[in-house]
Amino acid sequence: MRDDSEAPRKKLTRRRFLSTAGSSAAAAALIGRATAAGAAERGSPGAVAEGPGIEGAVPVTLRINGKEQRLSVDPRTTLLDCVRETVALTGTKKGCDHGQCGACTVHVNGRRVNSCLTLALMHDGDEITTIEGLGTPDALHPMQAAFLAHDGYQCGYCTSGQIMSAVALLKEPCGAEDAAVKELMSGNICRCGAYPNIVAAIQQVRRNA
Amino acid sequence: MHTFEFVRPKDSAAAVGLAAQTKTAQQGAQVRFVAGGTTLLDLMKLNVETPSRLLDINRLPLSTVEAAPDGGLKIGATVRNSDLAHHPRVQQDYAVLSQAILAGASAQLRNMATTAGNLLQRTRCAYFRDTAMPCNKREPGTGCPAIAGSNRTLAILGTSESCIATNPSDMNVAMVALEAVVHVQGAKGPRAIPVGDFHVVPGNTPQRETVLEPGDLITLVTLPPPVAGSKQVYLKLRDRASYEFALASAAVVITVSGGKVTRARVALGGVGTKPWRSPEAEAALVGQAADAASFRKAAEAALRGARPQSENAYKIELSKRCLAHALQTAATV
Repeated sequence: MRDDSEAPRKKLTRRRFLSTAGSSAAAAALIGRATAAGAAERGSPGAVAEGPGIEGAVPVTLRINGKEQRLSVDPRTTLLDCVRETVALTGTKKGCDHGQCGACTVHVNGRRVNSCLTLALMHDGDEITTIEGLGTPDALHPMQAAFLAHDGYQCGYCTSGQIMSAVALLKEPCGAEDAAVKELMSGNICRCGAYPNIVAAIQQVRRNA
Repeated sequence: MHTFEFVRPKDSAAAVGLAAQTKTAQQGAQVRFVAGGTTLLDLMKLNVETPSRLLDINRLPLSTVEAAPDGGLKIGATVRNSDLAHHPRVQQDYAVLSQAILAGASAQLRNMATTAGNLLQRTRCAYFRDTAMPCNKREPGTGCPAIAGSNRTLAILGTSESCIATNPSDMNVAMVALEAVVHVQGAKGPRAIPVGDFHVVPGNTPQRETVLEPGDLITLVTLPPPVAGSKQVYLKLRDRASYEFALASAAVVITVSGGKVTRARVALGGVGTKPWRSPEAEAALVGQAADAASFRKAAEAALRGARPQSENAYKIELSKRCLAHALQTAATV
């Protein structure tokens, strides 16, 4: 960090810094879609976020957290990249990008899936729920509150995926014991090892449900 | 990932017509059906699969589970693994299938993966998944580095000089033990393929994994009527307790009457280049006492043809114990 960054620091978020610091043409191209979506206003209903000159882009309409998003994406765009880069909802995390870690877990029509292993185009008309659609800082979802209360994380990178999985688990067939919860949460890896607290958080919500 | 055209065929006939334009339905196919995407997109990101056209079959009417007229079950190609595992008929009459599916992958992946996709699940062999390495399955004729390399998790049954890759599916093992039938809509019309004939051993053509031809669309899988009084167990052994592929697994469907085994269907997973039916074990069981000695003999018979590699000889004993334990559990259910 350079000392002369003191002045703008207050207004600068980490994400904005990373999105604007790139000076090369390549970096500008890489973030093009994200900034275009930002310009279309994050999460605004009916916004069409068209990437600048995405060759072969295809229209798709998703309902994300209750809002209709009419988008235009490269066919290769996974649901994960669409949510993060096109719609700029970055609460959903990219871990392995191969369906092995669960950080990208979102709900499609109420069921949890790995958003990295499905294409945005496969979900035309589908209802997508991300961590941003679960609760707000002022009105947390009970599972979010329970993760806070039980310290169900350390670095936090896997947390949104853990919580999305845990919320879906509440509606799935699952035995009462901790072992059943662990089995159904095995698709969400936590390298910090917060597992005991995650299980405690989930069990508290299940008991109170 | 290579670019591709994304198409949503309006019906099965249109899907078959478009898919028939590929030269092969096996490794290297230029047209691929996509349903769950859990195998295909993974391999496309690795550039192991490079189709130029994807046919999305998720909106085709292939997602129902229905009773078959003969008392069996008709399972649509795009029925999600989680829905199948929790279906009341499957839990009641085909418990081994439910157990096998729930022993595989994670809850999220089971919500995505489909019946037909699971049948076509590709090997986890690290050399197959890495385009920097030679692999006869991915690039015929380049060699098999697994044979002298890292092969701890690879196959001991059905291998060849060309390939020792393991079929990774749990569901397939149960399907084989249940004698499921795969129904295909093809360019020349429909046909039904017993699941035991659906997958092929690698031989000199490991790039060929099934009997599917260009245009072939799996539409459903049927299960025969349940065998009255049969006991079913799927047992899976792996490096960790959950979310891991099998080192050895066994699906058994046996009927015991008067202390003797009267009928047996046995399949092994994690050890074969295809889901491994063992007629040897079945023959060794029928007419014998349902006890530990018989089960061990059956396990010995099942693994008699095993050919270990440098790192996986342990699988022979592991697989024997797995099968014997599964049989013992089934007999005492």
